[in-house]
Amino acid sequence: MVVYDNDNGSTPPASADGVLLSAKSINKDFAGRKILENINLTISEGQIVTLIGPNGAGKTTLVRIALGLLQADSGTIYHHPSLRIGYMPQRVHIEPTLPLTVIRFLQLANRQDKELMSATLHKLKISHLEQHQLAAISGGELQRVLLARALLRNPQLLILDEPAQGVDLAGQAELYQLISEISAVQGCGVLMISHDLHLVMSSTDEVICLNHHICCHGKPEHVSTDPAYLNLFGAHASESLAVYTHHHNHEHDIGGSIKEPDND
Amino acid sequence: MIDSIALFLTTDFVLYALAAGISLALIAGPLGSFIVWRRMSYFGDTLAHSALLGIALGLITNSNPQLSIIISCLLFAFILTLLDRRPSVSTDTLLGILAHSSLALGIVVLAMADSVRVDLEAYLFGALLTIGNVDLIWILVVAALVAAVLYWFWNDFVSITVHAEIAEIEGTNVNRLNLILVLLIALTIAVSMKIVGVLLITSLLIIPPAAARSLATTPEQMSRKASIIGVISVVLGLLSAFYFDVPVGPSIVVVATLIFLGFYFFPAVQNDRG
Repeated sequence: MVVYDNDNGSTPPASADGVLLSAKSINKDFAGRKILENINLTISEGQIVTLIGPNGAGKTTLVRIALGLLQADSGTIYHHPSLRIGYMPQRVHIEPTLPLTVIRFLQLANRQDKELMSATLHKLKISHLEQHQLAAISGGELQRVLLARALLRNPQLLILDEPAQGVDLAGQAELYQLISEISAVQGCGVLMISHDLHLVMSSTDEVICLNHHICCHGKPEHVSTDPAYLNLFGAHASESLAVYTHHHNHEHDIGGSIKEPDND
Repeated sequence: MIDSIALFLTTDFVLYALAAGISLALIAGPLGSFIVWRRMSYFGDTLAHSALLGIALGLITNSNPQLSIIISCLLFAFILTLLDRRPSVSTDTLLGILAHSSLALGIVVLAMADSVRVDLEAYLFGALLTIGNVDLIWILVVAALVAAVLYWFWNDFVSITVHAEIAEIEGTNVNRLNLILVLLIALTIAVSMKIVGVLLITSLLIIPPAAARSLATTPEQMSRKASIIGVISVVLGLLSAFYFDVPVGPSIVVVATLIFLGFYFFPAVQNDRG
């Protein structure tokens, strides 16, 4: 069993160049169908990498391979053996026969560090849900609880499979903002899956557009005008992007006030 | 009436029965909760039925009956776990085939072994009042072992039950813990056969947790209350078996079922928020 230390001050076991996890030439077939073809990917400390692509493009498969939950047919995943990963799965089904409060669910990840627990509950604004049944909270609340569980491992790398699913539009923007703040403050790398480029645009460093192979990748501004991206998502996507980039000269924090723009 | 109950309760064989039944009910609470949460009741049935084959083989090879039941249960649990890891085979069908074929085979083997006269009914429905010294020691040792392992790995067992993949990413060895849990269930079924019998063991494991569901808001509460309901069922079942002169195993299960029905139709806690 891997033993995690929850010491806040521990230095991440990243390589000299700060790379937390890298995937080289990953290939994966399912029943003769090519799901992933020659995928390369690196995530470094403090970097946010977003995977976008249509349904069935292999995003979740790639994430599961990166996590070690699934074996690639060929290719390699490199990461430090003691890398602490916080994982937020796409779907969580709680058996109706299993009574489980939010706080008990979170304690499964970390029972010792009470300070971290209350700070995390507070940061994600879920303190009031502590004693609620996990099966009875809303979709948006559930996503926050899942993110909290991932954070309780004090992760160096966060892997999030559609973190904003089931969250309303305003909540989605807020959630992505929160993820980018967490990454900035804690210096952890983030690999996440998203459907909407325009929503993650302000909070991602690198976008990988995936449709079985990597169609295009780079800074979000670059990907949004890439012919391969437009071909995959249609002109509509770029229009909504244009509207968004119009407002992109400032950022809001979670309380709504305007933040100093970061230097790119 | 009171006198006769007091006399009944202080008889040696009744004290043995109570000790065996209560210690089994105590571990059946948490263990049965896992069976309910993980939808393994059919799995438990299959193990119980296969235990009869273990008895039959133990008898014709002249081995220690308790030991042969335990070995056959553990062996079956191991085989079932291996088969379960191959998703191309339908687990449901497989369990159905194994459960009934091993039960049938067990009865056939018992019938063919002319040399030994076996009380088949005792194995099918239990014979709690015939429990002896050695049986009781087996039950107490296994109950203590199961309780210790459950206590030691509790958080991990709950974690893999709630979400196996998150647990795995968090560093829990999911496959190993699954196997340990299955072996605990097999061990418990093997020693509890004398109490309620092959056909009723699973019910003793799953009815108390099902009854406790509406009384609990955490996994720990549910398993604790399931243990209490199990103990009450054993004591009341034993008393009513004496009072109405009916078999003990079935009467324990009937009491547990009545408690379940009571909480099912009159839930004590409303868990669903509006």
